[in-house]
Amino acid sequence: MSFAETTGLLLSAVARLITGAQGHWKGCPPTTDQRIYFANHQSHFDWVLIWAALPRELRAVTRPIAARDYWTSSKLKGWLTAAVFNAIYVSRTRSTPDEDPLEPLVDALGNGDSLVIFPEGTRSNKGDPQAFKAGLFHLAEQFPQVQLIPTWIDNVQRVMPKGEVVPVPILCTVTFGEPLKLAPGEDKREFLERARAAVMAQRPVVERS
Amino acid sequence: MRALRSWSASDQIALLFLILFGLLIVISLSAFLYSLKEHPPSQRREDNWRQFRRDLNAIWVGSCLFWAAWISGPVGATLLFGVLSFLALREFITLMHTHRADHRSLILAFFVLLPLQYVLVGTRHFDLFSVLIPVYGFVAIPVASALAGDPRRFLERNAKIQWGIMVCIYGLSHAPALLLLEFKGYEGRGAFLLFFLVIVVGIGQIVQEVASRSLRRRPVARRISRSFSLQAWVGGLLAAGLTGALLYWITPFKVGQALVMALIAASSGTLGGLVMKALKRDAGVVYWGNRSSITGAIGLLDRVAVMCFAAPVFFHSVRWYFKASL
Repeated sequence: MSFAETTGLLLSAVARLITGAQGHWKGCPPTTDQRIYFANHQSHFDWVLIWAALPRELRAVTRPIAARDYWTSSKLKGWLTAAVFNAIYVSRTRSTPDEDPLEPLVDALGNGDSLVIFPEGTRSNKGDPQAFKAGLFHLAEQFPQVQLIPTWIDNVQRVMPKGEVVPVPILCTVTFGEPLKLAPGEDKREFLERARAAVMAQRPVVERS
Repeated sequence: MRALRSWSASDQIALLFLILFGLLIVISLSAFLYSLKEHPPSQRREDNWRQFRRDLNAIWVGSCLFWAAWISGPVGATLLFGVLSFLALREFITLMHTHRADHRSLILAFFVLLPLQYVLVGTRHFDLFSVLIPVYGFVAIPVASALAGDPRRFLERNAKIQWGIMVCIYGLSHAPALLLLEFKGYEGRGAFLLFFLVIVVGIGQIVQEVASRSLRRRPVARRISRSFSLQAWVGGLLAAGLTGALLYWITPFKVGQALVMALIAASSGTLGGLVMKALKRDAGVVYWGNRSSITGAIGLLDRVAVMCFAAPVFFHSVRWYFKASL
C-alpha cells in the first residue's frame, strides 16, 4: 500500500472517530455505477465526511473537485488533493473568455469516474442551502446515463465552524437519496430548484417523543 | 469454599469470568431455542421480547468489555474506558445542540480534560483524580466559554457541557478506578468490586423494569418516565440488596455491609437512570442516538448512563469503608 493510500485510510479513520461518518443509503444502494453526488456545503470537512461514509471500493473511483488556486498553493495541499483524494482541479477564474470551467469535470465523467460536487459553489453557514449553480444542469444534460444522487450532510457545521482549526467530536450523518433525472425538455432553473429541494428532502427529521 | 479462598486472586477472577460467560451462553442458547418455537403473534410479547434481546445484547457487550478491561491490565482498562467516555460524550454533546461559541470549551473537554482524567486513573493519582473535574474543570470550562465572547444563554450552554463532562467523563472514569484502587488486604481484587457493582446495579435495573411492567403502578413522574413507580423501584432495590448480600464473599465486606453497599450502588444507579430519562425528554429523544442509523453502533449512552451515576457513588463509599489513606 502506498503512503497516499495509507494517509487516506488514516484520514477516514479519524473522520469516523470524530463524526461517526454514518452513511445512510436511503434512496439508493452503494454501488459502483457512475454517479454524481451533489450535496449541501457547510464546511471544509464536508468532502472528507462523504469520503469516509463511502465504502472503501467506491472511494477509489469517486473524486472531489478542488479549486486550483487554493489547493495547489502549497506542496502539502497539492499532494493531499492529487495523491490522496485524486481531486479534479477547476479554475475559479477564466484565463480566456471561451475557456469552459466544466471541462475537467466533463473529462473525468468521460473516463467513467464518479464525482462529488457542491452546487452551491460556496459554504453556507446556516439553514437552507443557497441557490444551486448551473454546472449541475450542464453535466446532467451532457451525461444522461450518470446517476445524480442528492446528498445531505447533517451536523457538520458544528464539528468545525468557519475559522476554527480543531474539529470537535459530534456525530454526523450523510444521507444519500433517490437518483434524480433531468426530465426531457426541463428548464434549467426548474431543474436546479428541484435538485435543491431533493437535497433538502434528505435532511433527517429530529425524532420527537 | 475454603479451597477457593486459597487460590490466587487471578485464578479466582478467571473462575469468575468462566461462570459469567457460562451463564450468558446458557441464557443466549435458551433464548435462541425459544425463538425457534412457534408463538401466537402478540404485540405485547413482541415488545417484551425485543426489550429482552436488547438487554441481553447489552449484557454481553458489557461482560466482554469487562473481561477485556481485566486482561489488558491498568493501561488497557484505562484506554478502554477512555474510549467509552469519548464515545458517550460525543453522543451527549451531539444531542445537546451546542452553539458555535462553545467550540473551544468542547475542545478543552474532549482533548484535555478527558485524557487527563484517564491518565490520572491509569497512574493511580486518586487524590487529584477525584477533584480534577469538579474543581479545576469547573473553573476552566466557563473561562474558555467566556473568552469566546458570546454572552447568549451563557449559563445554559455551560451547564450542558459541565453536565456532559461530569456524567460521561467523571462518572465513567470511576469504573477503571475501582479496578485499580488498591486496598490493604484486598490487593489485586479490584475486578471483584467492579463485578459486584455491575451485577448489583444490573439486577436492580432489570428487576425494576420487570416489576414496573407487571405491577403497572402509578408512575412517580409521569412526564419523565411512564414506568418508574415507587413500588417497582423498591422491588429493584430489594433484589439488588439481596444479590449483594449473596455475593458478599467476593467482596471485602461482611454480609450486612455488602447489603448496604449494594443498596447504595443500586439506588444511585436506578435514580441516575431516571435523571438520564429526564435529560432525554428535555433533548426530545426516546433513546440516545439516532434510531434510524443503519451502520455505526450508537445508543451507547443508554447502556452506560446508569453506571455513570452508580460508579462514583460506589467508589467513594468503598473508599470511606476502607478509610483508604490516599
